[in-house]
Amino acid sequence: MATEQRDEKALIARVLSGEKELFHELIRPYERMVYMTVFSIVKNETDAEDGAQDAIVNAYRHLSKFRGEAKFSTWLTTIAVNEGRQKLRRHKRAKEDSLDEPIAGEEEQFTPAPLTDWKEIPLEALERKALREALRNAVAELPDIYRQIFTLRDIEELNVAETAAALGINENMVKVRLHRARMMLQKSLVPFLKTTAPARKGFWGRMPWN
Amino acid sequence: MELNCKHVWAHISDYIDDSVSPELRADIERHLEHCEICSAILDSTRNILVLTADDRTFELPVGFSQRLHERLAREMAAG
Repeated sequence: MATEQRDEKALIARVLSGEKELFHELIRPYERMVYMTVFSIVKNETDAEDGAQDAIVNAYRHLSKFRGEAKFSTWLTTIAVNEGRQKLRRHKRAKEDSLDEPIAGEEEQFTPAPLTDWKEIPLEALERKALREALRNAVAELPDIYRQIFTLRDIEELNVAETAAALGINENMVKVRLHRARMMLQKSLVPFLKTTAPARKGFWGRMPWN
Repeated sequence: MELNCKHVWAHISDYIDDSVSPELRADIERHLEHCEICSAILDSTRNILVLTADDRTFELPVGFSQRLHERLAREMAAG
């Protein structure tokens, strides 16, 4: 929104001109985003928290380098990605070079899991804690490149261009990998839903996209 | 154009993101009208995304925000 955008620019200007405590306010809406970004790379809570704090402190120290050509959120995500990657490198020097290698099967076509009784799954099932946990586990098990894309696009809701910029890959690669990530999740969650959801009709007609 | 299921699967993600051409969108929708399997795949994928966007699914660790702002305050005090 335009108003929010202006406020944010004004807030940044005020921080830079000496009202540094306002950085607390500036960063608050982005804390989760920074954490999730680092988590998608380092894959454990302790390193994700350390990395997220480091990224935000870095953003504070280097705020004067933010020129406003990009969105603040994109700039911050780029810092978070770099912080996550550095942390990972420090932890796994031996495995470092495997990070950028294409993983086996990347060129294969991923197919979703066909299912016939999905429409019977009630809203309560989606509310269930266990289902959210299954999704968290399924995301955690995605290969790195897919998990990172999925986190930026579908958890943080960055757009394709922002995601491409933050990860340093092209937009088409973002789309291709996102598609595969989603299909892999669909495949791994379908059996879970099928075995745990009691049948009830009439749910799908009420969903917002109908 | 008459699409088969595999064609539809290949475009599910772009279809959800509304980044397919109007022609392809129309072809996909024609297919979905009579294909329950593809409809279910589309619905299940969309539901995973609804669940993903729910803040309760991916939560911050307890106390994260407080620890962060304490560290920021120390950083500010230091210079």
